[in-house]
Amino acid sequence: MAVYLDNNATTALDERVLEAMLPYMGQVTGNPASVHRFGRLQKDAIEQARESVASLVGGRAEQVVFTSGGTESNNLLLQGFASKITKVQSGCRIAVSASEHMSLIEPAEHLPSAVSLEWLAVDRNGHIAPSAITSMMADAAEEDTTLISVMSANNETGVIQNLSPLVEAVSKNIEDGRCFFHTDASQAAGKIDVDFIGSGVHAMTLSAHKLYGPVGVGALLIDKRLPICKRQFGGSQEKNLRAGTENVPAIVGFGRAAELAKAELQERSRQQRILRDALEAGLKTIGAVDIFAEKVDRLPNTVQFGVKGFDGETLLMQLDRKAIAVSSGSACTSGKTEPSHVLKAMNVADELAHSAIRVSFGKSNTMSDVDVLLTALQDIIEINQHSPVMAANV
Amino acid sequence: MSEKKPIYLDYSATTPIDERVITEMLKYMGPESNFGNPASRSHCFGWVAEAAVETARKQVADLVGANPKEIIFTSGATESDNLAIKGIAHFNHKRGKHIVTCKTEHKAVLDSCRQLEREGYEVTYLDPMSNGLIDLKVLEGALRDDTTLVSIMHVNNEIGVIQDIEAIGKICRERKITFHVDGAQSAGKVDIDLENLPVDLMSFSAHKIYGPKGIGALYVQRKPRVRLEAQMHGGGHERGMRSGTLATHQIVGMGEAFRIAKEEMAVENERLLKLRNKLYDGVKDMEEVYINGDVDHRIAGNINISFNYVEGESLLMALKDLAISSGSACTSASLEPSYVLRALGRNDELAHSSIRFTMGRYTTEEEIDRTIKYVRTAVEKLRELSPLWDMYKAGIDLNSIEWAAH
Amino acid sequence: MAYGEKVLDHYENPRNVGSFENEGNIGTGMVGAPACGDVMKLQIKVSDEGVIEDAVFKTYGCGSAIASSSLLTEWVKGKTLDEAQAIKNTEIAEELALPPVKIHCSVLAEDAINAAIADYRQKNN
Repeated sequence: MAVYLDNNATTALDERVLEAMLPYMGQVTGNPASVHRFGRLQKDAIEQARESVASLVGGRAEQVVFTSGGTESNNLLLQGFASKITKVQSGCRIAVSASEHMSLIEPAEHLPSAVSLEWLAVDRNGHIAPSAITSMMADAAEEDTTLISVMSANNETGVIQNLSPLVEAVSKNIEDGRCFFHTDASQAAGKIDVDFIGSGVHAMTLSAHKLYGPVGVGALLIDKRLPICKRQFGGSQEKNLRAGTENVPAIVGFGRAAELAKAELQERSRQQRILRDALEAGLKTIGAVDIFAEKVDRLPNTVQFGVKGFDGETLLMQLDRKAIAVSSGSACTSGKTEPSHVLKAMNVADELAHSAIRVSFGKSNTMSDVDVLLTALQDIIEINQHSPVMAANV
Repeated sequence: MSEKKPIYLDYSATTPIDERVITEMLKYMGPESNFGNPASRSHCFGWVAEAAVETARKQVADLVGANPKEIIFTSGATESDNLAIKGIAHFNHKRGKHIVTCKTEHKAVLDSCRQLEREGYEVTYLDPMSNGLIDLKVLEGALRDDTTLVSIMHVNNEIGVIQDIEAIGKICRERKITFHVDGAQSAGKVDIDLENLPVDLMSFSAHKIYGPKGIGALYVQRKPRVRLEAQMHGGGHERGMRSGTLATHQIVGMGEAFRIAKEEMAVENERLLKLRNKLYDGVKDMEEVYINGDVDHRIAGNINISFNYVEGESLLMALKDLAISSGSACTSASLEPSYVLRALGRNDELAHSSIRFTMGRYTTEEEIDRTIKYVRTAVEKLRELSPLWDMYKAGIDLNSIEWAAH
Repeated sequence: MAYGEKVLDHYENPRNVGSFENEGNIGTGMVGAPACGDVMKLQIKVSDEGVIEDAVFKTYGCGSAIASSSLLTEWVKGKTLDEAQAIKNTEIAEELALPPVKIHCSVLAEDAINAAIADYRQKNN
């Protein structure tokens, strides 16, 4: 049986979630937009799921817009904000942290030229300093409206960004309506406490399949102060912010997954932290291993490390041969030879970044998975160190 | 209330998922399944998922005579239409900013076009003929040197008429204009051979042919290569045209649904045609009953009937044992008469009194028998209540009356 | 669209459906337009004392329009013309618990009774 340690890429659908979805794949059919009974049943199920998703992240149901996933949520946010602001002719600035997920960086880079794009640098621990945000806002022209996007927790390193001080740093601009805040919480939700309203942000991205829900559904939470308009046209679904027939079974699954995540968050996090800590302790005995952002608060399930002198892709392939599934970083950039932009942003040397491995635990992993991984890593490193080529490199 | 479950006759809004499709999907759902992210290149979980996606891509391509490489998965036909229309318009904006479509298109096409108008493009909305079909001469007349895109649906969702996309495509090819077809209502119901059809882009939906919701596809022709601007970025999935984690189980479901459709379409169409004729034969002797849309160029499972002097919403209410719609599902909560019927030149009363019956894989003859009974009773009851019916019976021409609009 | 219980009741069992022959003591109001999806015809039979003895309706329209006119015929019976004229659409909407998109049905009913009264008064002036 293979060992799956890539839960930040995608998680296995929880059986209880599947059970909730099945009726909506089977006997309960209908288009939620239809007025007949079949349609209304679908509509009710969507609204219940909306409550559950909102409740997981401290939002209100009416703030939740369902999408086809985190990527669409991020695209909708950036394009929808830019389009709304540029429509009223004032300057539009979008500031994005350098360690964001590709589903935020790439749409940011494709925004119309009328939008000025700023990058927020992170320190070597992957954090953004409140002062960086204050000074960025100080540069803004009078007529500019700015959207700042900083992820709640990084998918590769697991580094958690405390949002409150960042929001605080620009609170005056927020009050003036000149500055808005978004956070991609795809990785954070279900793993740590997330508080949409309490953190003071105006928008939040979520993805179901990162928390044992189905692939193909996500959400964008939107505070009504945020200027935004729709990007996908052809129907008034989702409060007229996202056209298209709702993916009802997936939305129902998302709702159920959110309920379970809320109920089990503490226990999941406690268990996975034990595994993660054991793995980190074991890695240190192997030597030649650098854990990224080791000293700072990270997601309890995630560790990313470099093995000096090794090529990450080779390591991954050797691990795969031993039936262990891990990754170097993001699945979406998997297969690319460039080192991770996240590690680059944290000023990790290219050579070390090239050797990166990310292990992300899930709720079904056990201590024996940690042992299997550690033994395998040890074997691979030893064998390679005996090869003359590798020895010369180390 | 009736003891029986309502009869579902709204297959054009959405279809139940075929059990065989669910069986395939379940192989990719749950902890014991092949649940990897198809973008994960570093382990077998990802590879298995990727292989499943590629099998499904071939199944989708096979039904419509395309090459699997020409199939881009999306979150549904709405996204496919948005991607095709905005993607082509944006990519070609230097060449021209004129688009031609038809007034009876689905909202996903019309609203995408309206968005382009807001961005400074010019759109010509063609009037169809009274049978719902496009007059090719009118289409030709609308094309200009700066026209970059023509978007015409294959099968209309409300009235089920089938456009001659081959003839329209030829006209576009001669002028080197990109031709997009919304095929959400035609795949699995009408033969489609994209290898030989002059079509550049075609949108598909899974949940209209017994597959899951939340998944669709866009056919993007490779030879000659059609280029468009992506509308969603972040990871460069689907050859850069559509980013975002692929929902493996949904794609697998769509593949299986398309595979089944290819196998069973011919037999199914024959059966549906019989049911449709039975339904129409059962009501056509009533006075003032009209079929909307061409009868011959029409898919087997659709019939759209106007019961004159009866208002559509009250008719739906009287037919609570039938799950049907007046107009398309996406507009049925609004009070407007169907814009499709208006575009055919139907007068307001007829547009208001239309009901769409769409039959499908699980519709039975017995259900049609009951449907006929329900419809006759409801129409008779409402006509009894209708002042317009009285006037018609008294020989008063409704057009001669000056109505106070409110 | 989910309908309220009272709307359903009036829709399923409409009260006072019918027509009166157009005589001197009859007032007829027909309002709305086919283009808008509803036409309401309301008729009242008025006694010599100016009391509405009977009322009938026919309505082409949605369930809420049918219910609004059905309810109104019940209400106006036994009322004087002035009393009937004082009935406001909001009372109808409230009684039937009409959702906002259906408020216009109650407006139409108010228009119908006013038109019927006006027609009667014109004839008997």
